[in-house]
Amino acid sequence: MATAEEVAKAAERRDIRGRWLLSAPALLVILLAATGPLLIVLVYSFLTPGPYGDVKWQFSLDAWTSVFLERDIFDDTLSIAAAHVTIFWRSIKLAIITTIATLALGFPTAYFMATRSEKTRDLWLFLITIPFWTNLLIRTFAVLQIIRNEGIINTILLKLGLITAPIQILYTDTAILLGMAYVYLPLMVLPIYASMEKLDFRLVEAGYDLYATRFQVLRRIIFPLVRPGVIAGSILVFIPALGAYVTPIVLGGGKNLMLSNLIELQFGQGRNWPLGSALSISVMIIVMVALLAYVRNAGSSGVRHG
Amino acid sequence: MPDKPGRNAIEVANVSKIFGSGEGQVAALDTVSVSIRENEFFTLLGPSGCGKTTLLRLIAGFDFPTHGEILLYGQDIAPLPPFKRPVNTVFQSYALFPHMTVADNIGFGLEMLGKPKAEIKARVAEMLKLVKMEALAGRRTSQISGGQQQRVALARALAPQPKVLLLDEPLSALDFKLRKDMQIELKRLQHETGITFIFVTHDQEEALTMSDRIAVMSAGKILQVGSPWDIYDKPAERFVADFIGETNFLTAAISGIGNGKARATLKSGSTIEATVAEGFQPKDNATVVVRPEHAKLTKDKGELSGTVDNIVYFGTDTHIHLRLDSGEAFTVRQQNTRSAGCGFERGDKVGIVIGNDAAQVLRD
Repeated sequence: MATAEEVAKAAERRDIRGRWLLSAPALLVILLAATGPLLIVLVYSFLTPGPYGDVKWQFSLDAWTSVFLERDIFDDTLSIAAAHVTIFWRSIKLAIITTIATLALGFPTAYFMATRSEKTRDLWLFLITIPFWTNLLIRTFAVLQIIRNEGIINTILLKLGLITAPIQILYTDTAILLGMAYVYLPLMVLPIYASMEKLDFRLVEAGYDLYATRFQVLRRIIFPLVRPGVIAGSILVFIPALGAYVTPIVLGGGKNLMLSNLIELQFGQGRNWPLGSALSISVMIIVMVALLAYVRNAGSSGVRHG
Repeated sequence: MPDKPGRNAIEVANVSKIFGSGEGQVAALDTVSVSIRENEFFTLLGPSGCGKTTLLRLIAGFDFPTHGEILLYGQDIAPLPPFKRPVNTVFQSYALFPHMTVADNIGFGLEMLGKPKAEIKARVAEMLKLVKMEALAGRRTSQISGGQQQRVALARALAPQPKVLLLDEPLSALDFKLRKDMQIELKRLQHETGITFIFVTHDQEEALTMSDRIAVMSAGKILQVGSPWDIYDKPAERFVADFIGETNFLTAAISGIGNGKARATLKSGSTIEATVAEGFQPKDNATVVVRPEHAKLTKDKGELSGTVDNIVYFGTDTHIHLRLDSGEAFTVRQQNTRSAGCGFERGDKVGIVIGNDAAQVLRD
């Protein structure tokens, strides 16, 4: 006869098997839809480009070497591919600045929302999510309408006589940053707000009571407690910002290539699928390294939620 | 217990606090004035919504009075933000910082005051010892029990050596046994530190056992301020008498007022001597209160007579509920002895003896 312990163990085994069975469809979808294509990209990056796009099934490291290096046409020597490095750096810089800008705007916004009464909080939350209802492209064109030379800002400033000629905002880095900050702001605000809403504001009072000034309360009490939200928001903004495609083209005029444009080029006109694949994987690695460093750094002194 | 003399640590002068505006206006405090003496254990007692926590928050600086002044040793602190007041608070929920250790919590106030590290360390060690938490200094506040959190909250508020310590129902989250221990602990801490304590509670027993003086509050007003003995034995108004302990209300005609005493003629026709509440305005009929333990039952004639309605045994004493001949209800509390029963049975016709020192005439 089985002891109680054995019965319990058997039940646990059945339980675990049941769980695997129930989550199988989801796991299958993740495997096929996410891991599968990624593996194909990885494999393609080690192949030779075909003459009309596509790939030839012939192993080659050329794609990987040309991510950061270029071969001289005449003497075959390798040198650093300045163009690629510039494009990588431009994209990373834009992603970092976008993250900082959305954090600077999003943190006070989230604080403002979390300190409203419960009813108005829902209204603000609703307003913040409204931009999500429209397509990214349309939102970007809306920004374009506002900042172009005949746009709202310039027209008003001209009418008021504050300027005599329109300010060129469109097709500048400022325009790209403006568009990026606008598009990604909700992704920063929402996680910070979620953390901020859980914040016990009696702790803020306790801080004031113990002689902390407003700034000290912000730095020593509020910020450490909402740090998980700040980390989540930064990740949510940084990753898509690094791969931003539409906004830099529409608002930047496509003058300066971004990473995503470069990759797209390889699969299109460039007809170099292996290089496109190698570039894609490189971006992924950059994101992973950046995130690991960031989370380790920001998380070390953060709160461990029990 | 006689009142301790001393200077005033806090003077609240004609303070009102109005929340909201227009139609939705609520006066949480209505022209309240009270003086709190140096080194005293002062309690604000009242039901929820009476304004006691509002008054505490005004003293702490979390809210600002609509009218009136709050003086701390003669200086008006009403317009100062909380971080500029030498006053600390023990919060009802403790409000310990969850991202800091016990020691960091206790040292936070000193750190914000810009004290040197060595001094903070010494003071934190001293505070940990005072609340007997030395062993848990490095723990996070989420890793300690409710009673321990309470001690840390106390130590944190006492560490910067405030002129006045404010306690907002600090014991309400603890279970009965722990609450009793903490009551004694709080009295000890107050005695050892010599800091003025202002304690907010809705628990009348807690107020009676711990306080030097009590202010009873209701609907944004302070009804009576006095020692626990004053408040219990000489309630000024019906609300005070009713809120603190159990009591019997009788209607009587008052005559011969003088020297704080008067003669009260009860409905039964008997006349007893009673103390009179301050501010009593002579009128035809007044309310007289008699505590259940200050009346005695007799099988002979007393000042009142009635019928035994119900007998409830409580271990230490027995409550005997009576219906007076005048129709009013009356309860007598009788100390139990080891003999069986209380000597009376339901339906007995009895007399009630009210001593000359047992009754108080209310002013309302």
